[in-house]
This record gives sequence, C-alpha cells and structure tokens, in this order.
Amino acid sequence: MRIIVCIKQVPDTKNVRLDPATNTLKREGVESILNPFDLYAVETALRLKDSFGGTVTALTMGPPQAESALREVVEYGVDEAALLSDRAFAGADTWATSYTLAQGVKKLGGFDLIVCGKQAVDGDTAQVGPGLAEQLGLPYVCFVRRLVEVDPQARRLVVERLMDDGWDVVETPLPALITVVKEINEPRVPSLRGKMKAKKIAVPVYGLKDLEADPNCVGLAGSPTQVVQVFAPQPRGTRVRLDGRPEEQAERLIEALKQDKVLTIGAE
Amino acid sequence: MSLFIDADLCTACGACVEVCPFGAVEIVGEAAQVNEKCNLCGACVEVCPVEAITIEKKEVKAADGYQGVWVFAEQRRGRLAGVSFELLGEGRRLADKLGVSLSAVLFGRQVREAAGDLFAYGADRVYLADDPALADFTDDLYGGLLTALIREHRPEIVLCGATSLGRSFFPKVANALNTGLTADCTGLDIRDSDRLLLQTRPAFGGNIMAAILCPNRRPQMATVRPKVMRPGPCLEGRTGELVEVDPARYGLAPKTRFIEFIEDLSEKVHLAEADIIVAGGRGLGSAQGFDLLRELAELLGGAVGASRGAVDAEWISYAHQVGQTGKTVSPKLYIACGISGAVQHLVGMQSADVIVAVNNDPNAPIFEVADYGLVGDLYEIIPAIISRLQR
Amino acid sequence: MDYFLTEDQLMIQDLARQIAEEKVLPVRAELDEKEEFPRELMKHFAEADLFRLNIPEAYDGMGLGGFEHALAVEQVSRVCCGVACTYAASGLGAYPLLLFGSEDQKKKYLPQIAGGTLAAFALTESTAGSDAGGIQTRAVLEGDEYVLNGTKQWITNAGEADIYSVIALTDPSRGPRGASFFIVERGDPGFSFGKREKKMGIRCSSTGELIFNNCRLPADRLISKEGMGFIIAMRTFDKSRPGVGAQAVGLAQGALEAAADYARTRIQFGHPIISFQAIQHMLADMAASVEAARALVYAVARYIDSGAKEVSKVSAMAKLFPSDVAMKVTTDAVQIFGGSGYMRDYPVEKMMRDAKILQIYEGTNQIQRNVIGQELHKEFGRRGRKK
Repeated sequence: MRIIVCIKQVPDTKNVRLDPATNTLKREGVESILNPFDLYAVETALRLKDSFGGTVTALTMGPPQAESALREVVEYGVDEAALLSDRAFAGADTWATSYTLAQGVKKLGGFDLIVCGKQAVDGDTAQVGPGLAEQLGLPYVCFVRRLVEVDPQARRLVVERLMDDGWDVVETPLPALITVVKEINEPRVPSLRGKMKAKKIAVPVYGLKDLEADPNCVGLAGSPTQVVQVFAPQPRGTRVRLDGRPEEQAERLIEALKQDKVLTIGAE
Repeated sequence: MSLFIDADLCTACGACVEVCPFGAVEIVGEAAQVNEKCNLCGACVEVCPVEAITIEKKEVKAADGYQGVWVFAEQRRGRLAGVSFELLGEGRRLADKLGVSLSAVLFGRQVREAAGDLFAYGADRVYLADDPALADFTDDLYGGLLTALIREHRPEIVLCGATSLGRSFFPKVANALNTGLTADCTGLDIRDSDRLLLQTRPAFGGNIMAAILCPNRRPQMATVRPKVMRPGPCLEGRTGELVEVDPARYGLAPKTRFIEFIEDLSEKVHLAEADIIVAGGRGLGSAQGFDLLRELAELLGGAVGASRGAVDAEWISYAHQVGQTGKTVSPKLYIACGISGAVQHLVGMQSADVIVAVNNDPNAPIFEVADYGLVGDLYEIIPAIISRLQR
Repeated sequence: MDYFLTEDQLMIQDLARQIAEEKVLPVRAELDEKEEFPRELMKHFAEADLFRLNIPEAYDGMGLGGFEHALAVEQVSRVCCGVACTYAASGLGAYPLLLFGSEDQKKKYLPQIAGGTLAAFALTESTAGSDAGGIQTRAVLEGDEYVLNGTKQWITNAGEADIYSVIALTDPSRGPRGASFFIVERGDPGFSFGKREKKMGIRCSSTGELIFNNCRLPADRLISKEGMGFIIAMRTFDKSRPGVGAQAVGLAQGALEAAADYARTRIQFGHPIISFQAIQHMLADMAASVEAARALVYAVARYIDSGAKEVSKVSAMAKLFPSDVAMKVTTDAVQIFGGSGYMRDYPVEKMMRDAKILQIYEGTNQIQRNVIGQELHKEFGRRGRKK
C-alpha cells in the first residue's frame, strides 16, 4: 500500500500565553513539537505497511523548521518525507492549508490511503483532514478508533468512528482519507536505524512554483477567514476553599452549588 | 490585499509594534516595516497617530444575493440533539439583529415530527429531507446534500453544532463551497459596521481567544461548541414554512456506506450531552475508584469523565477522556476528583460554568481554576457528598 | 560532565533514555510488585534496535561495542534495574556465540538475538557459585548427539529466553579443561524449566532453574571445541562486567536524582532539607562516587572495545567499584527520604533492594577482588623480574 501521512509541527501549547500588557503571543521559550495526534496517524500507517508492504510518506506544510518534525517521524519507520514551504503559504487558514496540502499530495503521486491525526493542538479545528479529502475528491471518515477490515486488493476499508454516543461502523472504498484518534493504537518507539536514516534522508522542499499552485488559493491571500483579534480568555475560578471534616465540606459544597443553581438534587 | 506603511509619514513611535498581536511590525531604521507574519487584522491602522498605515482591501463582492441564517439541526436515532436548540436560540438572535429569516435544516428518516419542535424554538422555515437514505449519518450524503441546498438557497450564515457529527461533515461543505469555516465557536455576534458574523473561539488549547471574520466568501460558516449558547423560549404552536427536500433530485453519489452503530452502554448520559460531569484522575489510585464516581454521577444525573492518566492506566475507556487529546466539554458543573490539573486536561474542561476540585494535594494546579476547592481524601469526601445528597 | 560521546553514541543514549522514561517508568512499580516479566518492554527495545548494538553488521547488528551497550544499559537502569538486567542478560547470553561461535552458528543465532529473541547465560549450579569449577551438569557425546543431564540454578531470563548458552562437563577428568559450552534452544527434547525464584530485588527479572534430563542436542550445538568451556566463560565475563557496572551506575544515578529532588521539596524546621549540611554532604559523597563509577565504567568499556588483550583486572574493577557504590548510594537515598523512603509508594526502597544483587551476580565482589589481586600479583611479580 502507498500511504501518505499528513503531520504538523506545533508550538508546545501548554506554554503559549498572551502577554497581558501587549496582547501579543509570547513565543520565547516555546518549543516546537510534533502534533500529539500525528504519532498515532504515523503508527496507523506503519502497521498497515507491516501487514501489506508498501511505503509510508510524511507530508507537512510549514516554515523551514518543520523539516525536523518530518525527520522525527522517519525515526519511527516512515520511508520518505516532503515539506511544502514557501513564504506565500504563510498565514493560511484551514481552507488554504487544505488546498496547499492537496497540491502536495498531487505532486507525490498515487496513493491508497491518506492518514491524518484528528486535529492539531494549536488550531484545534479538526478541519484540515476533511477539507483535504474534499479538495482531492476523496471519501473520508473522521475520528477513526479502529480499523475493522483492510482489503487493499478489493479496495475496501471498514472502520469504527468515534461519535458522542457510541461508535459508527463505516465502509469506504480506497483511495480514501481517515483521521484518527488516540484510541486507535499505541505508537511504537523510534529505532536506531530509523534515527540514522532520519539524519541522512533528503527531504525535498516544494514551494508555490513546484506545486503549480494558484497564488490566490494559498496563504493569507487564499484564506476565506481572518483572525482580527486575539485576546486572553477571562481568568476563571473563584477559588473558594471549603475546609473542615469531609461531612462539613460536603454540606458546604452542596449549599454553594444549590446557590449557583447548577445542582438538581437526586435527578433521575 | 496588502498592508502599506508610508515611511515619510511614519515617526517610528512604535505604537504599531506594540499593538500588533503577531509580532509582524518592526522598526527598521527610521520607519516601521511589516513582515510576513502580518495577518491584515488592522490593529496597527487604528492605533497609528499619524495615519501612516493603510490596508488595501478588495471589494466585498461575494455577499451579493446571500441572505438568511441557517442552522443544521442534528438528530441521532430520531432525537434532536440538545445543541440544535442552542443553535436556534443563538440563530434567532443573529437573524433578528440582521433582520433576516432563520431556517433549520433537518436530515433523517421519519423525523418529520421534530420539525414542529424546530418551529417552536424559533425557526421561520425548516428544510426537511426525510428519506430512508438519510437514516444514518454519512459525510458524503449529508455533506453533499447540504452543499447543494446552500448553493440553491444562498444563506449568508450557516451554523452547526461542534459535535462529532458536525465537525466531521461541515468542513466538507465549507471546502466544496470555497468558503470559510470557524470551528468550535464559543461566541457569535453581528458586527454593526458591516453586518459580518464575528466569530470567537479558543485556540492554543484555550490559552488564547481569537476573533474571526469571513469577509469575502459566503456563506459564513461556523460550528458552535455545545452547551455554551442558550436555547430560546419554546413557543408551543408556533409554526413556519416547511420546505420538503428530495435528495434524489441532487444527483448525489455517496461512496461511503454506513454499516451499523455500536452504542456506548457504559453510561446513561454521554459526556457531550451532560450538564454535570464527575471526572477522575490518577489520584483515584485504581479502576475501582470509578465505581464511586459513577455512583455520584448517577445520583446527579451526570456523566463520568476521566483524565488522560486514568485512561492510560486502563481504568476507564478512552471515550471518557477529557482534555487536549480527548474530548472538550462545557457542562454546568465539573467535579474533578484526584485530578492534578495538568494544562492538557484543563483545555478540555475549563469552560465549565462551575468547577469543583477534590484533591489531597493543596498545591495541585486544578485549584487555580476551580471555583470550589476541597482539599482532602476523595475517598472520604465523595461518600460524604453522596450520603448528603441521598438525605 | 561531558564524556565527549560521538553523535551515534548520543543518539543511542537519547533513545534508551526516551524509551526508559516513556515506556519503563510508568510500569516499573507494578512490574516489581507483581514480579511480572517485562515482555512488552523487551518488544519495544527490540523495535528500537537496542539488541543490535554489539552484534556485527554481517549478522544484522550495528557493529558497535560494549561501550555503546553500556550506555544503553545505564539509561534503562536509571529507571528500573530489573528491566535493565533482563535486557543486559540477553547480551550476556549472546557473548559465547559472539566470541567463539562458528560462522554457521553466528549466522543462525545472532540475527535472531539482534532482532530481539532473548538469550540467557547458564553457568551457576547448586554446587557451583563462586567455584565455577564445581559444576556437575554432564554432556556426553553419543554418536552425533550430545546428551545433557543436570540442573542449572538462578539463571536470569530462565523460561523467557529462547536461546541458552549452557556450560557442561564433557570430560570430568580434565579439570579446568573438561567443560564445554552448548547452545540449547527452548523446545529441545529433555530441556525444561524448573522453579522460578522469589527475590529481594529485580523482581520483574525471571530467575529460575534449567533442567536437563537426557536433553539431546545435535553435535553442531557445541560452541568452539570441547574443553574450551571455562576459557569461554572467562572471556565472556571480561566483556560483560562493564555492563554490570553500567547497571550499577544507572541505578545509583536514579537514586541520587530521586534523593536530591525529594530533599528540595521536603520542608522540616522551616527549610527544605537540602539546605542542611548533613544532607548536602551525603548528596555530595553520593554524586562524587557515582561520577567516579561512571568514569571508570566508560574508560574500561572503551579500553576493552579497542581490542586490548589483557583486560581482566580493569574489567573486574568496572564491576566491583560501581556495584559497591550503587549499594551505598541507594541506601543513602532511602536515608535521605527518611520514613517515606521506607514506604513502597516511593521509588527508592526498590532501588535499594535492586542494588544488592549487583554485588553478587556475575562474580561476587569477593571474586572480583580475587581477580584484581591475582592480576596485581602477576603484574608486580613481572615488574620485579624485568628490573
């Protein structure tokens, strides 16, 4: 099987803060990491390769430093990687990102399956996976938590999709795109041979011209949505401490919650 | 569109540098210069004391002919999801501000009766596609049909709940229409100056709030976080226009096929629908701890949640995980038991109305965001709460 | 402290550390509590290519040396000595093959071991601990088969490994020249596993009996020649002792870090206890001895990898000194934790229990002193004569 995995390098979001004085994003000391969901996508692809043979290619759109995320997934066993990078791609919203990635996928050539993590933890939109599928005219299933049946010969994939009230079992023909949630597997560890390959492997960089992309569809220019303001969220938490013996704490808590009108006692 | 700084007018006062949220302006030599991080938000334009900065904007053309607010009324197994009523409440408010109609879109099989509820909660019109083919949710069928309807009727705003279903198929529709979609909004409003939909949503795991516009493309689309907006009043007997939609007319050729649904029977109330969530973390010490939390949750009519630590320890299944790599919830009440409050967990629950933290470590970070903090042994406190409630 | 490791060595160190922290740390207490063999973890180590380090490239290895192996062992041991022991013991079992195996034997077994099939080294018997010559397991040639009878005791990875390097007497009349090494595979007729031991420490490691009851082996399972047994064993230990030293260094390092961390946060008399001179002196002695142990292990491992011929003395030092350090450092760590250190909720009591075996197995520290003493005797004797 030829599998493409789309990954993203994101800031370590637990450290991203707004400077309250200037309302700007504080970027010093914020590390860049591989988006946490993407390792599960990589593992999904690698397990399929283990079962059926073939290749796994990692693809990302980002600034030049995103190359390190590509090398990182090569450590786990990914065969090839490609970086889509160009100043014109900067400032892209999910539509422009989906478009650009689609051009990258077309550049890479034929494939059986595209695997993405459910969402990136900086944007938190979960939109690029389905958006990319739509741009490529592919059937897709989101939030896959289990591969039930994989039949590359019959061009058929059956998956379990995590919904709010249970799981849908859905069948899709191949080629297709899936986004995966953490539950789908436990990622393997990187290997020494993988790390050595990751150091040496050539990562081609494709820009606007290489992709023959429409400049009106990429980056800020191609983004239907715009961020017009960022601000710090309201700080929350009144931080009332309820002390005493457990019985006292329970009593005071229940009174407070009744006052706040969030408690309906003994609700069915 | 581009930002232009007139170097002759610029006095290098630095006001633009300070106000820029993206670090896109720098003083180089004697004037300010903009770099590629610029997002054209316009904050610098407003603050420049000598009006040295201008943004050339393309004309807003795509708005022509688009009118009306639509909400996608989600139903699963014949029941309307709670978020559908929240969307109608919010949609009604936006439609009234714009002076346009509010329509609901309902897909399913044998869901005709639900249309009545949609009118009662504020819809002026309901587009109803009641067809066996739509009994179960598939992205291509629901997405293809909604796309076709939007192309036909041209609403200026389309909203959907940020549920698993909504977040799955709405991006397909937005991409097919080449328009913008903002995910998981916690705030919506109409901007008076230009009637644009101002969409507010958390980013970077909730550490930042972003305000977003879709100025040039239509419709303006957004998914809305459940349990944040309020349903409007229910006006029994209120009716409106029912528009029958026949999916067969649109030549849809779906490729994916729904096979079956496996219900999560582990609890009566699911996380996404719950007003009250009782969640457990590593501090429980064992899987049995969740038996205690389940007892409390049932008493309160709530759902059981978990931190990543508890799920990784295999004390409870991933479907219950709240946090950065799990689910985001917005209940009225979130009781965190034995959860330390790591940032990755907070991002999934910090928009709850009231947070109660029970932990025997007084320095646990969870107490920073809690409204009520109970320091002590949860195996004494929770039973005390349960017995108090049972009286 | 920088030991000027090469890029590849740093990579091995980083990877071993990453796996130890991500995969071993969350389960170490449970594995110890339940005495559960770390099978999943060994799979991860295999995936990571950590079993390939000192196997030549011709046999699917990475062609590196004992030093690189020691680097990996140290990082794992810092998190759990029992898991490190399981990992290192497979390397020990591979050494007879590595050093003395025939081309066919190497081709058959080394790639398996490189890929994560576990090995074990079987010498100890009830009559042969420090007195290796006291072994009684017999191997008799009958036609084109060797028949083994006897029982091995306290073998690490017993019942879990698939490949066993076993020493048995082929000719009791020849004394030191009367033993030979054989490759025994799980499933060989007449080969079974006996009692699994309940131990003070390294409880996740499997320690048990190997029972040979007319165990029939094809003759090509003999490693090298008949009579080479004790030489193979001695050469094996020369190579493997720095690995035990690395286990000790890692274990001591983990204990030192835990103790220092605790001392920073534990407040008594209004101050963190790390601000008291008594604690600082203990930590200072611990840190200095750990660094000295590390420096010794690294130096000796590199020296052995360079192909040096006479390494027994320094190899013994590289086991003796660090293991004594580990016992002292882990005991001091428990002391610094105070009452908490005695409680199983905290990691240091396990570290102290784990440390003891390092002074005992792969040659007790008394035997190590014998080895060093005898080498010194030879050395100084020679010097005298040269003049």
